[in-house]
Amino acid sequence: MLMRRLFLGAITVWIVSIIIFAGVEVLPGDACTAFLEREAQGKLLENCREAQGLNRSAAERYFDWASGAVRGDFGVSANGQKSISELVGNRLRNSLLLAVCALAIGVPLAIFLGVVTGLRREKPVDLVFSSTAVFAMTIPEFVSATVLILVFSVWLGWLPGIVLTSAGAPISEFFPEIVLPVIVLGMVMTAHILRMVRSSVIEVMAGEYVQMAILKGVPYWHIVFRHALPNALLPAINVVALTIAWLLGGVVVIEVVFNYPGLGRMMIDAISDRDLPVVQAIALIVATVYVGVNLTADLMTMFLNPRLRTHALRGS
Amino acid sequence: MTEVAATPAENTRLQRTLGILRDVMVRPSGAIGLTLVTFHVILAVISPWIVPYDYKAMNSLLMLNGPSGAHWLGTDHLGRDVLTRVLLGGREALLVTGVATPIAVIWGGLLGIFFGLVGGRLDEVLMRVVDAFLSLPWILKMLVLIVTFGTGIEVLIPTLAFFYGIPVIRIARAATHDVVARDFVSAARARGHGRITVIRRELLPNVLDTLMVEGAMRWSWMLLAFSSLSFLGFGVSPPTPDWGLMIADARGFMSFAPWGVLGPVIALSSLIIGINLTADALAKALGIDRAQKAPV
Repeated sequence: MLMRRLFLGAITVWIVSIIIFAGVEVLPGDACTAFLEREAQGKLLENCREAQGLNRSAAERYFDWASGAVRGDFGVSANGQKSISELVGNRLRNSLLLAVCALAIGVPLAIFLGVVTGLRREKPVDLVFSSTAVFAMTIPEFVSATVLILVFSVWLGWLPGIVLTSAGAPISEFFPEIVLPVIVLGMVMTAHILRMVRSSVIEVMAGEYVQMAILKGVPYWHIVFRHALPNALLPAINVVALTIAWLLGGVVVIEVVFNYPGLGRMMIDAISDRDLPVVQAIALIVATVYVGVNLTADLMTMFLNPRLRTHALRGS
Repeated sequence: MTEVAATPAENTRLQRTLGILRDVMVRPSGAIGLTLVTFHVILAVISPWIVPYDYKAMNSLLMLNGPSGAHWLGTDHLGRDVLTRVLLGGREALLVTGVATPIAVIWGGLLGIFFGLVGGRLDEVLMRVVDAFLSLPWILKMLVLIVTFGTGIEVLIPTLAFFYGIPVIRIARAATHDVVARDFVSAARARGHGRITVIRRELLPNVLDTLMVEGAMRWSWMLLAFSSLSFLGFGVSPPTPDWGLMIADARGFMSFAPWGVLGPVIALSSLIIGINLTADALAKALGIDRAQKAPV
């Protein structure tokens, strides 16, 4: 079971790498036509392709690229001749900082509110938070970001509405500029997880063993904390993981809105410039993070759930 | 999920559809949601005839004027009437997502049902490919295609329909597995019905319920993607009025001209919320728990 999950994760990353490579391959143009632009013809193009090694077969180049990527070397960018690993390093750190801050606030809040709304189903507190959650999770990030900037930065002047810190600055310099982006991301995240936890709590509380415990006269909070919550929160882990992946798309928009020097904005710039090696590298990193997060979620569920745990240990 | 009675097919199907519609309408979320969606769709159809000004008529004397009797929502940085542009701003979005959503649900649904029934090695391989596609953020996949092939609706519709159909494969496959394991399917088999009959009469109606809710959700995610792309400058091109584009344009002036942002913000939010409230009510009416699913 354990080995199987790890194996499947590795297979997924491998397929992604093929999709990314093949996708860039079938698109018209290559790193050289993008770099040389209008002068991309005749001798100049030949020389460039020669220098970049684009004359070799696709399989050869895929192998080169993939084996480099495994070692953390993504080659050089098409226009800047800079090492992609260096360019990406700080950006990845900044994006992770944004995500971790949002998670640190969002997950505990979502679990708390999810449990409260689940236990008080269809009561005022549930209706208020559940409908707020629908608002928060469906409004596009750029809309909520714009409104928050308008209110907290333009009208009230409490928080900076734009990030001016450079990509390589130490983490402490990102405060308080990072607060609004974290709020926007955290809001969407909280809403998704809250809904999931809520429906999970409702399902578990309707279960026979909970009804039985109520009939036996077990104290209410004892039922909630000892019987219901462990069962309700376990499946939430996987959904949290999937939600994080979905939010990666939103992170891109948030980074652009706030001018945040993260991986997402770098990706948009690279796509606009047709800097294909950078796009490939970012795509592979993001996909690997996604697979890694899901794998971690699988492993966590497995070790927190006694039934799966024994199964996993016996299986591997 | 109820089993659809067999005879007379036409009549009961209509009755069931009306029953679901009534079920949606009696819920507050359904009533509000459906009203919002209907309002926006009607507006999108009739807006060219009711707008007060030409959406691309610029006027250098009217730049960034506040709301007034002549311009209810003020004017933008090029002196264009904001109300006119807000009224017209949802047309592209509704057209693109309105066409792309059914295509996505149909191709993803058919493929999912097929592989859910067939199973085996091929199914296993396909699911890995689906996983791989899902592990790339939507924005990256779409931007690469859009930057290569251009930004017109003839590119956006197939792109959205393709990428948003992929998660549907997974949902339809899971729903198929779910239904196939039910007693009424075994009962139909035991009655001696052929494979085709079982699929058509027992499987499809039940999977269709899930797909309908899925379609409503896909629609709202698609709208989110479409307007985000417009906002980033990769969607519709100016001077076409579009909410995402309008917000991007007006953002720079919002410290002294917030009306340019507020109009499209309210319009876009109300449509998306409307779709989601409807989807919620529909899911409840059909007895499907949509909160259990991650929005991949």
